[in-house]
Amino acid sequence: MPNRKTNLSSWALGTALVAGLIVLPHLLSFSQREIAVLLIINVLLVASYRLMTLTGEWSLGHVVIMGVGAYASALFSKSLGVPVPLSMLLGAGTAAGLAAILSFPLFRMKGFYFLIGSFAAGEVIRLIWKYFTNPFGGAKGLKLIPSFPDINLGFADISFFEPENYYYLCLVVVGLSLFILYRIEASRIGLTFHAIHWQDKLAEAVSVDTFRYRTLAFVLASFFAGLSGTLYAHYIGTVNPTRFDVEEMVYVLIWAIVGGTATFCGPILGVVVLTIINEIILRALGLDTVRPMIYGGILIASVLFLPDGLESLGPKLKRLFAGKRPSGQLEETT
Amino acid sequence: MTQPILEVRDLSRHFGGLVAVDKLNFSVQLGTIHGLIGPNGAGKTTTFNVISGFYAPTSGQVIYKGDDVSGMKTSALADIGLIRTFQGTTLFKEFTVIDNVRVGCHHMAKASFFSRITGLDRHIESAATAKAEETLEFFALSEFKDELAANLPHGHQRALGMAVALAADPQIILLDEPFTGMNPEETRHMMKLAHDVRDHGVTVMLVEHDMQAIMGLCERITVMNFGALLTEGTPDEVRSNPAVIEAYLGSAGDAA
Repeated sequence: MPNRKTNLSSWALGTALVAGLIVLPHLLSFSQREIAVLLIINVLLVASYRLMTLTGEWSLGHVVIMGVGAYASALFSKSLGVPVPLSMLLGAGTAAGLAAILSFPLFRMKGFYFLIGSFAAGEVIRLIWKYFTNPFGGAKGLKLIPSFPDINLGFADISFFEPENYYYLCLVVVGLSLFILYRIEASRIGLTFHAIHWQDKLAEAVSVDTFRYRTLAFVLASFFAGLSGTLYAHYIGTVNPTRFDVEEMVYVLIWAIVGGTATFCGPILGVVVLTIINEIILRALGLDTVRPMIYGGILIASVLFLPDGLESLGPKLKRLFAGKRPSGQLEETT
Repeated sequence: MTQPILEVRDLSRHFGGLVAVDKLNFSVQLGTIHGLIGPNGAGKTTTFNVISGFYAPTSGQVIYKGDDVSGMKTSALADIGLIRTFQGTTLFKEFTVIDNVRVGCHHMAKASFFSRITGLDRHIESAATAKAEETLEFFALSEFKDELAANLPHGHQRALGMAVALAADPQIILLDEPFTGMNPEETRHMMKLAHDVRDHGVTVMLVEHDMQAIMGLCERITVMNFGALLTEGTPDEVRSNPAVIEAYLGSAGDAA
């Protein structure tokens, strides 16, 4: 029963992963816990980016869309007094709504033109934040954003000022989001996205409305990017236009490319591995100021030596081990 | 005569100064196999692209089942049963054979976003998979079901292209040069498939260069030259029409 066996082992792996994520903050120092929170937020950002790339369009505006969620949620809660959990949903909804509007000009373009178009759209949004001091706070951005309200469970007060508690909140929100993203990809919607990527004309000829599906991918990806932005805003307490500039976008691209975009886990693997390299190894060596250079080096190395990303490492190792066994060798040669 | 399933009225399509299709008129009767032929550059493929919504007509109309559908989007036309195929092997080559046909089932497998996430669409999806399997059986492709489409032999890829189109519930299917680059054996097989599709209740219209195939297959043939209608009739009428022979081979005067 090889099928049941793999099922069992994947369950075991999943349980171990969840258990590991739950105990993780207790193994980390205070500052490392903060990094863990930001890492989880970035996992959602890059996973939502992958959904966008399924239709074959690579956007350079994704981090700005994350910022739209952050700004919107900050303004809803700070200026209009909307309770934070609700303002986070509204913020994500604003990002999705803006994406729906942007689809009309942007999806008249494809490929390279779309890339540049999305960059231009993102810069326009960023300049609007910078230019209009009211309500966006100009170049300094927004400060004193209300934080996530404490929860009183009767026996315990949970304060989300504590990185540890915010970590668990993010874990739940991001976990749920990843589940939804995964279900989208596994369903016919994901199949249709892939179909549009490989042959949009043929898809259109069998009654797939390619414009509608491209818009759907963009809107869904923007909702979850916006959600990651709201998690960020209510944690850090301040947002500004520079935080969402193109340099940050380049990091998202590097995470996705180094991790590989063929599978759901690839970009997540990319962000986790690169963050660990960055925060633990580089910081320990005192090299964190040269992060862009090291990231660039990693990108070039991965494109040269691991063009399918870190995700291709698993199957490769498996084949290597299988190849060492004599029976495996026989199979390989036939 | 009953109402034609597809009718083209005074259809023109210009590209800048070039007149690719010039005031073309013809009609396709329900349940027939209808051929559209003409020498290279006669505007056959452009006509196809206008009918299937890839280009809007410059002027004139496309009438489908009595309704004016000119300028409608390809996907909207596909929704109401007007499906086209492509020249060569246009497939989702990175997908398995069955997934190719499952994408073709898009029209019948509509479900809400919520049911997709929660898995409530399962009965719709199993119906779509059953239909995809049935369609593969029809085209004798069942044994390749889990193979990548790119790995199929050329003839099978072409059959798969038709399977994808047939899964989309066509009432009329437009085949764009279905016999190009095929050996006689494959051509015979493809002709049989076209017949089978027609017997399935689907009107077939095709653009083709292979004269022998088209004469043996079609009940009516429309001949185009320089973007305009040259003649229309049964294969025998077309074969013996001097204007057609002249268009294809040139007149005796040219040869001298």
